[in-house]
Amino acid sequence: MKLSSGTIRLIIPALSLAVLLAAVFYMQPRAMSYTGLNLLFNLAVPIALATVAQMLIMAVNDLDLSMGTFVSFCACVTATFLQASPAIGILIFLGAIAAYAAMGVIIHLRELPSIVVTLGMSFIWGGLAVLMLPSPGGEAPGWARWVMTSRPPFVPMAIVASVVIAVVTHFLIMRSSFGVLIRGVGGNFRSVERAGWSVIRIRAGAYALAGLFAVLSGIALVGLTTSADANIALRYTLLSIAGVILGGGEFVGGKVSPIGAVIGALTLTLAGSFLSFMRISPDWQIGAQGAILIVVLALRLFLNRLEKREKNR
Amino acid sequence: MNFFSLPSKPWIWSFAATVIVWIVTVLFTGGASAFGLSQAALTFASFYVIVGIGQMFVITLGPGNIDLSVPATMTLSGTLALKLMDVQDSMIVVGLLVSVLLGIAIGIGNYALIKLLRIPPIIATLSMSFIVQSTAIWANRGLRIKPPEVLANFTTSTLFGIPNVAIVALILSAVAWLLLEKSIYGRWISAIGQSMFAARMTGIPVDGTRLVTYILCAALASICGYLLASFSGGAALNMGGEYLLLSIAVVVIGGTAVAGGNSNIPGIWGASLFMFLVVSMLNTYGFGAGFRLILTGLIIIAVILVAGGRQAGR
Repeated sequence: MKLSSGTIRLIIPALSLAVLLAAVFYMQPRAMSYTGLNLLFNLAVPIALATVAQMLIMAVNDLDLSMGTFVSFCACVTATFLQASPAIGILIFLGAIAAYAAMGVIIHLRELPSIVVTLGMSFIWGGLAVLMLPSPGGEAPGWARWVMTSRPPFVPMAIVASVVIAVVTHFLIMRSSFGVLIRGVGGNFRSVERAGWSVIRIRAGAYALAGLFAVLSGIALVGLTTSADANIALRYTLLSIAGVILGGGEFVGGKVSPIGAVIGALTLTLAGSFLSFMRISPDWQIGAQGAILIVVLALRLFLNRLEKREKNR
Repeated sequence: MNFFSLPSKPWIWSFAATVIVWIVTVLFTGGASAFGLSQAALTFASFYVIVGIGQMFVITLGPGNIDLSVPATMTLSGTLALKLMDVQDSMIVVGLLVSVLLGIAIGIGNYALIKLLRIPPIIATLSMSFIVQSTAIWANRGLRIKPPEVLANFTTSTLFGIPNVAIVALILSAVAWLLLEKSIYGRWISAIGQSMFAARMTGIPVDGTRLVTYILCAALASICGYLLASFSGGAALNMGGEYLLLSIAVVVIGGTAVAGGNSNIPGIWGASLFMFLVVSMLNTYGFGAGFRLILTGLIIIAVILVAGGRQAGR
């Protein structure tokens, strides 16, 4: 049986998710139900969207350290402007997406390190969020709430949403010509340039698309929590990077996998529930998440070696 | 391709900006705050400088090298040291030794993950920081322990008008400068930052040098955590929080090339003083937290735009 390298790349994330899920079901059989699954994966939807956004930035060899503050900012806009006067809210979001595209342009033109530029931007998004909501509050728009809490038959919303996100982004990144170009810039931007494409436009496009997914993440998050606060999603910066890596993505070379990224986000979310089912004291929960990350990465190294050995044979 | 060797040394900018911000702030208060402001700036900048130097060594190693475990290391070191010293003045040196040892252990752990699992330093130090932070949460249980009195007095008092912590930071910077400019180790990390492949070909012990650098960074973060916990009268779980972004920001604003291979210690002092003074200036002028954050972000981006980047770390 011949497996493409893309499929092999997906094995580890899928396997770790399956093992974790089996462990959760074993410890808490009641989780094996419609409501149980929904509860387990509910918070995965915004994390998956943020992970996809981070993946787009990583596909062009950059890194977004402002993802968490930006999603928090979007959540605050959703809970205030988008709820009270949708037109202004949408305008703000369009402006934010344009800001992301501009960030891509500046980073490309001046050859600046993305880490530093996004670091600076994280202060700006954080400041804007604090100005909008100095204290936790706001209200979710009815439709966002309705979408996030709807109960489709047989399969819980969280699963449906994750599958939709995975499929849509898969076609966008792996099958469309724009997706190929984005990954091409990450792989070798000179050859893309010499083939006659405008790298600056591709990078701006990748950033804008990332901004769009981050906006969706903010809306989804407020749909779940019903209110927002300026610090609501700060963890997402690190979670999204870890999700992409868990899903088989690489920091450089345009090697990313949208399906893997969504699976990575689900795994990270599930790891949290798994640890609370294990009755691990809350003190050690963050540490155990770190340990899970290390174990999965070690597994991946092991698999990569196997793959190489096969090739050399 | 190295524009930083041009006459306009990059660190000049951060000092010039620092002086301007200082003058603007002092003018607002009619000169009354000049002395107090300078002392406060020196004190707080010292903490930024100590972690900044460690982060600078790591960033010098080249693209992708960043230590994200700095805040967790600071927290754990401050917590454990205060717990161990248990308000006894006789234990001060032991506490310092233990926190340095702890830093060394975390540094070894960081590099072991990077090397053995072949994962990017960002993810390795991130996973490590989760574990370290958990240990800190576990260790921080119970009452808030005060630092030994002698140590607390030392960190909060001054010598000839200069805060003691600033003197400590100055000594550490001098040592770091010697290491960087006058020792073979400094040449090695710059060489690795400019081209890891070329460095390996010339026979530089790349792995050993990188290991030492990660240890150095974690040890400096530990010392900073030890001092900060003593200065603020006890360890808190979030005490390292703001230092993650700050440690990177002061290095970059100070003129160290983010792509590695070119570092700058005076610039870290300029940038640290600048970062503290900007916040106090905006406070003096009565800006709220939101505007303060936005202006800080705009300043970071403006500085990086002006200082420019060469083939950057992406």
